[in-house]
Amino acid sequence: MFKKRFLTAVAVILIMTGTLYLLERLLMPKHVSAIVEGSLIEEYYKEEKGHDVIFVGDCEVYESFSPITLWEHYGITSYIRGSAQQLIWQSYYLLEETLKYEKPEVVVFNVLAMQYDQPQKEAYNRMALDGMRMSLSKFKSIRASMIEDEKFIEYLFPLLRYHSRWSELTAEDLRYMFRKGKLFHNGYYMRVDVKPVETVPRGRKLADYQFGKNAYYYLDRMVELCKESDIELVLIKVPSLYPYWYDEWEAQMEDYAQRHGLMYINFLELIEEVGIDFAQDTYDAGLHLNVTGAEKMSVYFGKVLQNTFGLEDRRNEVDLSRAWQQKADFYYRMKEDQYRELEEYGYLKSLGARPPESTAVD
Amino acid sequence: METLLEILKELHPEVDFENCDTLIDDNVLDSFDIITIIAEISSEYDVNIPAEEIVPENFNSAKALYALIKRLSDE
Amino acid sequence: MLFASYGFILFITVLFVVYYLIPRRHQWKLLLGASYLFYYFSGPENLLYIFFTSLSTYMVAVKIDAIQKNQALFLAANSGRLSREERKAYRALVKSQQRKWLLLCLILNFGVLAVTKYTNFTIANINSVLRTVGSGTQLSFWSLALPMGISFYTFQTMSYIIDVYRGKHPAESNFFKLALFTSFFPQLVQGPISRFDDLSKTLYNEHSFDIQNVNRGLQRIMWGFFKKVVLADRILVAVNTIIRNPDIYQGVFVFIGMLFYAYELYADFTGGIDITIGIAQVLGIKVKENFKRPYFSKSTAEYWRRWHITMGTWFKDYLFYPLSVSGPMLKFSKFSRRRFGDGLGKRIPVYVSTILVWFTTGLWHGASWNFIVWGLLNGTVIIVSLECQPLYDWFHSRFHVKHTFGFRLFQVVRTVLLMSAIRMLDCYRDVPLTFRMLGTMFTRFNVSTLTGKALMGLGLGMADYMVLLVGLVALIAVSLLQRDGSVRNKLAVKPAAVRFAVYYVLIISILVLGAYGMGYDSSQFIYNQF
Repeated sequence: MFKKRFLTAVAVILIMTGTLYLLERLLMPKHVSAIVEGSLIEEYYKEEKGHDVIFVGDCEVYESFSPITLWEHYGITSYIRGSAQQLIWQSYYLLEETLKYEKPEVVVFNVLAMQYDQPQKEAYNRMALDGMRMSLSKFKSIRASMIEDEKFIEYLFPLLRYHSRWSELTAEDLRYMFRKGKLFHNGYYMRVDVKPVETVPRGRKLADYQFGKNAYYYLDRMVELCKESDIELVLIKVPSLYPYWYDEWEAQMEDYAQRHGLMYINFLELIEEVGIDFAQDTYDAGLHLNVTGAEKMSVYFGKVLQNTFGLEDRRNEVDLSRAWQQKADFYYRMKEDQYRELEEYGYLKSLGARPPESTAVD
Repeated sequence: METLLEILKELHPEVDFENCDTLIDDNVLDSFDIITIIAEISSEYDVNIPAEEIVPENFNSAKALYALIKRLSDE
Repeated sequence: MLFASYGFILFITVLFVVYYLIPRRHQWKLLLGASYLFYYFSGPENLLYIFFTSLSTYMVAVKIDAIQKNQALFLAANSGRLSREERKAYRALVKSQQRKWLLLCLILNFGVLAVTKYTNFTIANINSVLRTVGSGTQLSFWSLALPMGISFYTFQTMSYIIDVYRGKHPAESNFFKLALFTSFFPQLVQGPISRFDDLSKTLYNEHSFDIQNVNRGLQRIMWGFFKKVVLADRILVAVNTIIRNPDIYQGVFVFIGMLFYAYELYADFTGGIDITIGIAQVLGIKVKENFKRPYFSKSTAEYWRRWHITMGTWFKDYLFYPLSVSGPMLKFSKFSRRRFGDGLGKRIPVYVSTILVWFTTGLWHGASWNFIVWGLLNGTVIIVSLECQPLYDWFHSRFHVKHTFGFRLFQVVRTVLLMSAIRMLDCYRDVPLTFRMLGTMFTRFNVSTLTGKALMGLGLGMADYMVLLVGLVALIAVSLLQRDGSVRNKLAVKPAAVRFAVYYVLIISILVLGAYGMGYDSSQFIYNQF
């Protein structure tokens, strides 16, 4: 009798949690088309670890460097842990988490995120956090990121957040419930389309150019974390024309890097040296680089990394070469596919791009 | 008792007040009836039934109501 | 802390576990602590108000009780020596002493309620009078927050002190027990308004864990959450769209809004009460029912015996009866009968009390004119239907339809529509606007404007309407089943698999279909470049 009751209770709990798990998988946004950025963070866990270089930051890192190019030119293995509008504490905690899996030689952080001292937008929080595996770092990152009305428990159980998607489920949600194909190249989000820069934006005047205390606090912690782990930290600002990078901001970063003995590279000053051509190398009129731009950046920056930190060329490691060959194959396949799509439609439909004749209004 | 039954009959001719003892419990009398009855009793018996005595036990049957009137006039 | 919040669910979960782990004699103390904690979350300063009410009521009740005991002692000691008249005089003297204390307590506590709830309403009215007479001076409003649930706990505590005065039950000698009666958290937000002699039967007892009871309590809680979160909060969106845009939504949409609001209020209010009674049941405590399938009522008077029952009986026992049997009223009754004859003359005093009670009921619901008019309309409808009784009798003598299903259905539909129409006052919150809108139902009732597209424009999608439709069927089915006994009793004799399936469906629908959280707006996830 007792045994029977016990078994019933166990069965009930199993069925219940099983259902909830399945529902959660079903209802969470899949981010496999259009807004693929939401899938960036989770791809890391499937990777072989042991990278030489880890990039952290916002879209400016995952659109400006191609790990495949770094490998092919310099035998450097790298991974980009970035997501859309990734805030500095999100980058910090992602780095903290990454260091549990591996110990790179160099960490590269893109400083644009310094502009945000406070959490910004729930949607971006979700894209940066939902993909992380459960860990203390994730919890801390959630606590640092929540805006008003957000609930911690809704990060622990995303079903509570996404339950209302039940009425807008698509076949995609069912197909990618458990497994998604790879979408990125070691954290690099490939875009082959081109939308040239037509006007160079000018920064609108700000009331205050001082980076916030909170932003500095996490930058300090990042510096400290790297020092403790004996990792070189490099600060960079990639050559995106917008959001505008103010001289006052530049001064603060230069000053910071100098005080902490860090390497800081502002690529906006190196556009010609790198060879970026804003008529060719951007897919959205200067906000983000496309694949040609990212490859140029990688060729340039790889040399800097190699020269400065003496990173070894690992192309002679047989197993590693084989693994990276597969990555490269995927890379070129996707490139071909995207060019084909571009030819067919005139724009990258599958990635949520708009037909060229329509003007972006955001 | 006769007067009381008359008062009640006048209100609800169809009810058998001599034998029914669930006047309140079965919603035979509603609050308006009760007030009317109390007003009648006040003029016929010169007994004022206070609000605290308006409980089902006192109004469920004509007998109980009559007992209440007796008790109040004795006090 | 709202019922439908993660915090509250955590709160009751922890409470349930701790409640059955601690020694049973401490259970009620835990409830007191939990209730004060719950109330603390609504605003720490509110604790002062509820503590004041508990303390003042406690002390006055003990005092009234002591006077009563002294009287008994005195009468016993002097049983032989006093004449009947002397005894009567003594009793009257004692009663008047007790009445003074009672009045003090009532004035203090209703005073607090009046000041917190009605000050600004009074000021607004004075100001509009000042404006009308052309005075330039205007009084400024008070910034006094209305303590959560004050209307409910004040009424509950005042029923206690009146019952002590009336000798219905003795005063509670333990202050903390009375404090728990005043603050018992599940009923703080929206009632029911319990009576001391009823609630105290189970509130302070030692409760051992009874799986049956706990199970049923949990079922009821879930049913309540389903009604509130899945149905009420969902349809609320459409109700708000209609009432906030009176220029756009007129005629047939006012009618739709009326029906939707009837749905919303029913699901929300009865759902909340289900949660309250369910929580109490899990704790082994019996709280009085507050609804009895009100939308099946065949008349307004019946509706008010079945909707928000504990409020109705409160007004009946503590206002309608005392008012109707008071000396002046009885005198007025005699006068009225002489003046208007036995028929109407008898009814007029009752009607006067009715109007006064409904005025107060309206005022209790909220400090604004729309509620007062709402109350007066309810009273009027009841009186008119009583005055029409001869007409009904004539109708029924001619047509023998009274007991046919069709006629009963007509009565039910009529009552629901009437109540829903009057209730629009509480929706629009503005008396002239409400009547104007109700008027458009007759002047601009154009069914052809009620297109599918227009319905989708109310903020609900096709899927939402489907959920609401299924919910409506479920509500009606449960109500029909309830007519011959508790649904949970019927469920209890079903095989375990069936019971589990019910739990399963309820939990999953609350979690998935519930209209809670930020809502998923896929457009906000569209990556719009920073």
